[in-house]
Amino acid sequence: MKNIFLVLQREYLTRVRKKSFIVMTLLTPLLIAVFYGVIVLIAVNSDAGSKKVTVIDNSGLYAATLKNTETLQYTFTKQPLEVAKKDLKAGKADVLVVIPQDILEDTKGVKMFAEKNVSLDLKTDIERAIETEIESQKLSKAGIDKKVLADSRANVSAETYSLTADGEKSSNSMVATFLALFLAFLMYVVVFVYGAQIMRGVLEEKTNRIVEVIISSVKPIELMMGKIMGVGLVGLTQFLLWIVLTIGISTAGTALLGGKLAEYANKEQAKVQNATKDPAAVKAVQQKSQNEAVAAFEAINSIPTGQKIQIMVCFLIYFLGGYLLYGSLFGAIGAAVDNETDTQQFMLPLTLPIVAAIMFAQYALRDPDGSVAFWASMVPFTSPIVMMVRVTFGVQTWELLLSISLLVLGFIGTTWLAARIYRVGILMYGKKVSYKELAKWVFYKP
Amino acid sequence: MNILETHHIVKQYANHRALDDVSINIPKGSIYGLLGPNGAGKTSLIRIINQITAPDSGHVLLNGERLAPKHIANIGYLPEERGLYKKMKVGEQLLYLAQLKGLSKQQSMEKLKAWFIKFDIKTWWDKNVEDLSKGMQQKIQFVATVLHEPELIILDEPFSGFDPINANLIKDEILELKQKGCTIIFSTHRMESVEELCDHIALIDKSKKILDGSKKAIKEQFKTHTYSVVFGGQLGALSAHYALIDQHALEDGLQKATIRLQPDASANGLIGELIQQVQVHNFGENIPSMNEIFISAVGATPES
Repeated sequence: MKNIFLVLQREYLTRVRKKSFIVMTLLTPLLIAVFYGVIVLIAVNSDAGSKKVTVIDNSGLYAATLKNTETLQYTFTKQPLEVAKKDLKAGKADVLVVIPQDILEDTKGVKMFAEKNVSLDLKTDIERAIETEIESQKLSKAGIDKKVLADSRANVSAETYSLTADGEKSSNSMVATFLALFLAFLMYVVVFVYGAQIMRGVLEEKTNRIVEVIISSVKPIELMMGKIMGVGLVGLTQFLLWIVLTIGISTAGTALLGGKLAEYANKEQAKVQNATKDPAAVKAVQQKSQNEAVAAFEAINSIPTGQKIQIMVCFLIYFLGGYLLYGSLFGAIGAAVDNETDTQQFMLPLTLPIVAAIMFAQYALRDPDGSVAFWASMVPFTSPIVMMVRVTFGVQTWELLLSISLLVLGFIGTTWLAARIYRVGILMYGKKVSYKELAKWVFYKP
Repeated sequence: MNILETHHIVKQYANHRALDDVSINIPKGSIYGLLGPNGAGKTSLIRIINQITAPDSGHVLLNGERLAPKHIANIGYLPEERGLYKKMKVGEQLLYLAQLKGLSKQQSMEKLKAWFIKFDIKTWWDKNVEDLSKGMQQKIQFVATVLHEPELIILDEPFSGFDPINANLIKDEILELKQKGCTIIFSTHRMESVEELCDHIALIDKSKKILDGSKKAIKEQFKTHTYSVVFGGQLGALSAHYALIDQHALEDGLQKATIRLQPDASANGLIGELIQQVQVHNFGENIPSMNEIFISAVGATPES
């Protein structure tokens, strides 16, 4: 045990002190923050000031309906196109919009001119304004009153309840879906990134030829387990730091950009207002988006504390189980080959179940209690990913216990298998290894 | 007394028998040469002694006890395929290796200081291993092997990669360790270092031990009873007790002859006959070199 600890300590410290680790750990949350900051800043700044829009309205429908807004200043002109274009060039307007006479028949005929490229936002804003008018023209032609139409707009949003032993509980599919996807993806990344680190670590010891020195004082299994645990701890450390740093940076960021964010939100709202003009509709839209936002927050809060704890505990268990299961196999691959290029042929059987697990996870999203989801969450090779998806929707206890037991058996099995390949492989040089050979190693006497 | 005994060790790999009934006894305080051609099974035997692998049958005794995990601290091993963590600092690495052998951090630190002063390598402590030359790395490795003061030290080709000056330094260290009472198993192909250092040897060929014993006894065994004479003048016929095998002229008018004694003859008798005929400049028995013994012993084993 003391030896495992010594190995673990070395693996952990050398990795954590590496420049690449420090840079990755600090830079990732920073990059995310900067990325979002830049997006917000661009969004806020690009819309600065109102745009002057010159309209040549050949249809004569819009003079009364296109009203100035905070961001768009309409001017109507009867001048010929060429003159208007010249004015545009002279900077008298930002955008020139030409509405054809037969706009009601041919909705594709609208043309927009601008000196620079027309921003997507501006384009949609103007399009929406024109569309709304066409719509209402067509509706009134068909004899439908606008009021009737507004009334007829229904907004259905069903709340789902799952029937459990404790009675009904509101299940929040949306939140669950996002949470599930996030957790599944996290699991996938963890297995690959840190599994590969174990593999490279083993390979390094082998190519450095230090391994024989080490295993004259440490049992191969101790060396392998120490390495797996050390790398796992590095992973946990990195995640913890990421969480702490992200929270720190985003708090600082909102404080710094808080004003800008509010401005951005107001603008978005103004746009909605301008586009629809109809106060009732605006209100409905606002109400809806507000409701959704509130619902999302409520949903996260509404996950019962019991289930929250369950999700967290499960994540820890499946994280460890999945990591150990695949980590030991990655270690075995590192031991079996002589250099990194040779690892490719053995990577496939490891990659396949992980990728399959991601696919099954999508099935599980659609149908958390279906048979595909059930079986995939029992098989130890896919359960860390698939079961995490199912847990967010709520799973029966016996299924969870069975799945965890199988996972434990699974990683004991793969660790045993890996250890047997490992102890032979680390002392084997200059031999291209086949699967047949690996199978033989498993049954070698030590 | 024997520090290490192996009894009828057999090690079978899938379709290759690496060791076949190998028994050797290593006397305490000796430098024991483990010799044999490539692939003879030396490394397999060494790995069994180090408990890296286990024999299929047979057993190993260390100080009369069955070899067990607790003996790891009693053995220091410098493998032929050796290396260090390249990105790790010299000092840290040695501390780590010493602690794996069961020393406390404090003990390791004290012992390391002594070695760093002895080898005058104090400035290396904070260097990465990859920044050291190969010879320097070998020195570090040697320190790692003996740092925990094991009573049995196994050196597999210890001089490979050393320049003559550093090789001498290591040689002196080996002799000093012997003086302190350590036993050293020395596996090598370099017969001149066997000649110089070893007092016992075992020769393994094709998985079997074909020869072992003290160097002196083995040389005795391989003696051809021939003598070399350098002389001036003309050598005539010798009596039937002595057979002239070879004679050739040396550059300064002298002759060199190789003469074999028949079983009943003595060297004194030969000298008596020689001085009557020629002016003897040099007379000596041809003691077989380890190189000759190696070649004749390995060449004699039939191909399997």
